[in-house]
Amino acid sequence: MIPELGHFALIIALLLALTQAILPLVGAQRGNLTLMAVARPAAQGQFLFTAIAFACLAYSFLTNDFSVENVARNSFSQLPEVYRLTATWGSHEGSLLLWVLTLGFWSTAVSVFSRHLPEDMAARVIGVMGLISVGFLAFLLTTSNPFERLLPAAMDGNDMNPLLQDWGMIIHPPMLYMGYVGFAVAFAFAIAALLSGKMDVAWARWSRPWTTVAWAFLTFGIMLGSWWAYRELGWGGWWFWDPTENASFMPWIAGTALIHSLAVTEKRGAFKAWTVLLALVVFSLSLLGTFLVRSGVLSSVHAFATDPARGAFILGFLAVVIGGSLALYAWRAPKMVTGSGFTWFSRESLLLANNVILMAALGSVLLGTLYPLFIDAMGLGKISVGPPYFNAVFVPLMAPALFLMGIGPLARWKDASLPDVVTRMKWALGVALATGLLLPLTLDGFNPWASLGFFLAAWITLAVLAAFIDRLKHGQGGLLQKLAGLPRGFWGMQLAHLGMAIGVAGIAVVANYSTERDVRMEVGSYAELAGYTFTFRGTTEHDGPNYRAARGTLEVSQNGKPVATLHPEKRIYNASGSGMTEAAVHPNIFRDVYVALGEQLDDQGAWTVRLFHKPFINWLWFGALFMVVGGFMAASDKRYRIALRRSEVPKHLAAQGA
Amino acid sequence: MKRWLPLVLFVVLVGFFAKGLFLNPREVPSPFIGRNAPAFTLPLVGDANAAFSPADMKGKTWMLNVWAPWCVSCRQEHPLLMQIAQSGRIPIVGLNWKDKDREAAPLLARTGSPYVAVPEDLDGRVGIDYGVTGTPETYLIDQAGIVRLKHIGPISPEVWKTKFEPKLKELGA
Repeated sequence: MIPELGHFALIIALLLALTQAILPLVGAQRGNLTLMAVARPAAQGQFLFTAIAFACLAYSFLTNDFSVENVARNSFSQLPEVYRLTATWGSHEGSLLLWVLTLGFWSTAVSVFSRHLPEDMAARVIGVMGLISVGFLAFLLTTSNPFERLLPAAMDGNDMNPLLQDWGMIIHPPMLYMGYVGFAVAFAFAIAALLSGKMDVAWARWSRPWTTVAWAFLTFGIMLGSWWAYRELGWGGWWFWDPTENASFMPWIAGTALIHSLAVTEKRGAFKAWTVLLALVVFSLSLLGTFLVRSGVLSSVHAFATDPARGAFILGFLAVVIGGSLALYAWRAPKMVTGSGFTWFSRESLLLANNVILMAALGSVLLGTLYPLFIDAMGLGKISVGPPYFNAVFVPLMAPALFLMGIGPLARWKDASLPDVVTRMKWALGVALATGLLLPLTLDGFNPWASLGFFLAAWITLAVLAAFIDRLKHGQGGLLQKLAGLPRGFWGMQLAHLGMAIGVAGIAVVANYSTERDVRMEVGSYAELAGYTFTFRGTTEHDGPNYRAARGTLEVSQNGKPVATLHPEKRIYNASGSGMTEAAVHPNIFRDVYVALGEQLDDQGAWTVRLFHKPFINWLWFGALFMVVGGFMAASDKRYRIALRRSEVPKHLAAQGA
Repeated sequence: MKRWLPLVLFVVLVGFFAKGLFLNPREVPSPFIGRNAPAFTLPLVGDANAAFSPADMKGKTWMLNVWAPWCVSCRQEHPLLMQIAQSGRIPIVGLNWKDKDREAAPLLARTGSPYVAVPEDLDGRVGIDYGVTGTPETYLIDQAGIVRLKHIGPISPEVWKTKFEPKLKELGA
């Protein structure tokens, strides 16, 4: 009964999405306020019914209703409750439902926080988001119904993929989708602007906070995914350039570019056409990522069941949405007049350079990800593109971008003075160079890449410091007062940039100074790595809720002093019989000590054990968290709220003026 | 013209994606096609004193089917393999891969065996020599002991008709 209710709710959601898409768009075109007024309630209703459908599916999972095919395939009676809940979005169907739910959430958020917009703009934005909802709801209902019954019911389920049974996976997909799908708002704003023909500065101001929030969520989602892969795959790696990872990374790169070009468009009215195009591209990349992961055109660690009918549906949808929006862009682009000019050295030109570099980096990732597909489609063979390509191309591209990151925020709009910036940053350059050259010497030998990383991290950090000093020189009051008086937009930007510096420092160390050993360990034997002594105390049988495990005990000590006792596990899951390595990690701010069990070698209890020493790995996650906090902070800047309050009074004027 | 560029690039991309939908990225061509099947000697399931080696099949066109009792999709292709075996079209050797619990003999006794011989590859070493990525996988080997075809995944009637039959005709078997 409950699954049927869910199915029914999904159908109602589709009908509401159709209403949300068609009536407001027609209304906006004809200037009909009654039709435009349908947008908000329809969006909220669509979200409500999608949420009901989602709740029904979650209920089926929680109550182990194995007469629902999706539950039987992806859950198991012994699965702990929290994973039964997360199994709701662990399957292809469930994760698409989460996608639609997230889109409904964003549409509702827009419907609530768009009171200050001219009616036709709000109606168009919500209508465009409705169109996207229609596509995905139709996709769910026609090819991927999550409520499909299985008759007769299965005795028990196949279990959730053991890799996903981890708490990082509980919040990773929702966060990632909040980011992915959140870019739909910027996309809808861009389409609405193109439709109305009014691509003014106001458009950029409205989309900015939405874009920044989506970007912050995506950053958090990617960070969680990376952290999960690091702990769960048992190889000690944190980024694999897997197509699925790239699928989330490409919108992030483009989104980063968009945040910066939106700043120029809002403040200076420049790059209008480019910013609109970028907003279209970012969400197109989100859709592209969905297509790549769902259709199975690329092989990846994310082994969802693939089905050509589904792939064909998404591709068709992709062609309509992206093709349509790019055609609209090509048609309307000539109407966009660019703002005031700027000289070769100004904040505009530096942000332009940022965009150019980010686009080149995006292109290189896109090419590497799709290259195997191109080659295969042209019948030239089967190849795969791995980390060597990406590292060789991506790192040299990002280095100049990181360097410019130090100068950009210090340069003035329109026309900056190069000698002035040079004078102000001379000392910083010197200190950063010295750091880059000397710091690697305190570590395990000199390495040019680590040196470059340290230089850039120090450079960005000092630039952040210089920006603060610059701001604090003026104004009155005590230091704390002045700090509190700085706009949140400034704080947000500096925090995010500092986060980048922290992350870069972390990557420079972990990529160049990590050590690992594969050793054969008997009970009582020990091995050394990076100054730590690992003593193997054997394994014991251990029963989990839905698995059996061999649980190892390793005592870690340094200079004779005990540091930690670690319990890595080798698990066999009851339902699927598949094996899983559960690594054990002892973290601190300067390093992780990481152990994973390999294979049992004999009856005496000898095992192969993998030992890792990962210095500064946690800086990566800290850096990402700084960026997330920075993003949210920037989006909550007073300017946006003032704009909101101000426009509440002369609403009819705003509608007329727009 | 510049403003149409994004659309043009996208259309080209869609073309590739459409083509890509009908390709299988997981299917990696075996480097053994056209080469000698790697030699091995393994004991037979249920009779540790008897052994099997590909050399035993010299002069015949035969199939090496890599399977395991724990493999669910192997059960899917089992009825078809039984039909092929009963028709006498081609002998099938079933390489019993990584069967640590030794369940092959009782399972085959229950379901019937399509195989002329079932060598036992307990630690999966022969599987490594053949580049086995998972079960089931099937190799078509000709009279001279040369690998002619490799199929990853269960053999469906359609795969049999479109992939194996033409190859068998070509080989005159």
